[in-house]
Amino acid sequence: MSLINPGFATVIWMTLAFGVTLFILAKYAWKPIMASLKEREDSIESSLRAADDARKAMQDLKLDNEKLLRDAKDERDALLREARKIKEQIIDEAREKANTEAANIVENAKERIQHEKNAAVVEIKNLIASYSIQIAEKILREELKDKKKQESYAEKLLKEISLN
Amino acid sequence: MSYQSGVKNNLILGGLLAALLIFTFPVLYAQHGHGEKAENYAHEADVSDAEFQAGEMIIEHITDAYEWHIITIGHTHITVPLPVILYDEGNWLVFMSTKLHHGKEAHKGFFISHEGFNAGKLVKKDADGNELRPTLDVSITKNVLAIFFSLTLMILVFVSVAKSYKKREGHAPKGLQSLLEPIIVFVRDDIAKASIGEKKYERYLPFLLTIFFFILFNNLLGIIPLFPAGANVTGNIGVTGVLAAFTFVITSFSGNKAYWMHIVNMPGVPWWLKIPIPLMPIVELMGLFTKPFVLMVRLFANISAGHIIILGFISLIFIFGQISTGLGMGVSVVSVGFTIFMNFLELLVAFIQAYVFTLLSALYFGMATEEHH
Repeated sequence: MSLINPGFATVIWMTLAFGVTLFILAKYAWKPIMASLKEREDSIESSLRAADDARKAMQDLKLDNEKLLRDAKDERDALLREARKIKEQIIDEAREKANTEAANIVENAKERIQHEKNAAVVEIKNLIASYSIQIAEKILREELKDKKKQESYAEKLLKEISLN
Repeated sequence: MSYQSGVKNNLILGGLLAALLIFTFPVLYAQHGHGEKAENYAHEADVSDAEFQAGEMIIEHITDAYEWHIITIGHTHITVPLPVILYDEGNWLVFMSTKLHHGKEAHKGFFISHEGFNAGKLVKKDADGNELRPTLDVSITKNVLAIFFSLTLMILVFVSVAKSYKKREGHAPKGLQSLLEPIIVFVRDDIAKASIGEKKYERYLPFLLTIFFFILFNNLLGIIPLFPAGANVTGNIGVTGVLAAFTFVITSFSGNKAYWMHIVNMPGVPWWLKIPIPLMPIVELMGLFTKPFVLMVRLFANISAGHIIILGFISLIFIFGQISTGLGMGVSVVSVGFTIFMNFLELLVAFIQAYVFTLLSALYFGMATEEHH
């Protein structure tokens, strides 16, 4: 029975001592401990959030950098493409110009050659004509050296004419 | 810096223990003389020479006492005497428990009852020979001293922990602080926050932490069989009753309108359970008191039962030892093995019961403050 018969002394001292301890602990232990725990948890959370923000900022920066790099690359590519186009254009133009020039030169040369050739032919013709006359003169002189031959030839010629 | 404060804390604890020992030792020596004298004083319940009584030994160990018995060597009882404070018939009566000669003598009419409802308590005989309790008995008994000791220990431990929080602000916990922090955080997050809710838990947290650590400390101290530990504080129905009463009072004072309306007029229950016989209100009203009652009994029974089992195993050694010394020695191997096992179980129970008591208290607070929509 003594086991379930609470002693008044135990109850009264327990109530008093426990109440006082509860007050002391609440004021001098639990309050500062809870405040410190909360503070630390808050600081950990804010630090984590700051780290997260920093990471995000870094990512943004990286993204920006990438974009910048991409833009630069694009610009470079565009410039190169344009340069290549211009180069080709220049080359094409130059080639065309050279071709026409060359054609002109060839044309001129042909014309001059034709000229020269014509002149040469005329000269040759003249020469041949003069040489022919000279040869014919010489041959005629040789042929018509004696009288008899002259008369026979004249006669022959006359005959031919009269026959006509 | 932290090392120095650790040394300081150890000094405080050491000083406390030393003071307890210094105060007790002179009296221990003073007791020796009484041993033989007490023998002459034949008392009906004097069993020191008689055969071993397991039941009495166990009850003596787990109940409260006016002196703190440490050991008996031969006929010499080594005890820590404690002050007896009585108030009866308009007079205060204060004397040391040594005057009672270990319950064998009466002092100014008061003696320790050996049987009946008041067994183990100071009583006096009235004219008809009935045992009467004094009007007030506020003696510093074994359990009261143990309560003082454990509460002092708690204040020292937790105030020093609070100091280390201030000292190492924003740093990782260290030493005692890192040992207790997970438990404090557990009580806060998994007991208070989970049962009461994010909004209101802070108001109840100091009480929940205090009862949790009070029960835990005393459960653990109860397992240690050496003075100043070893008193069965949390296995004392008065102590658990006071703890439960604290929970009851706090629950009742924080009960909101919805909580009381639930008791008077439970919603969602058929009307014939309330009118004409108010069955539900009666059940609810009983529930109001059964909740703390169950809290009281659960803790008391669990801790007392653990101690009884351990003491039972130890008793087996002496019971068999009375038959033959060899048998007693043989049984001691088994008994000690079981006792070690029980001690580990008690270690687990110490935490579980502290958790259960605190969790249920928190749940009751949560019920009392719950917002109904």
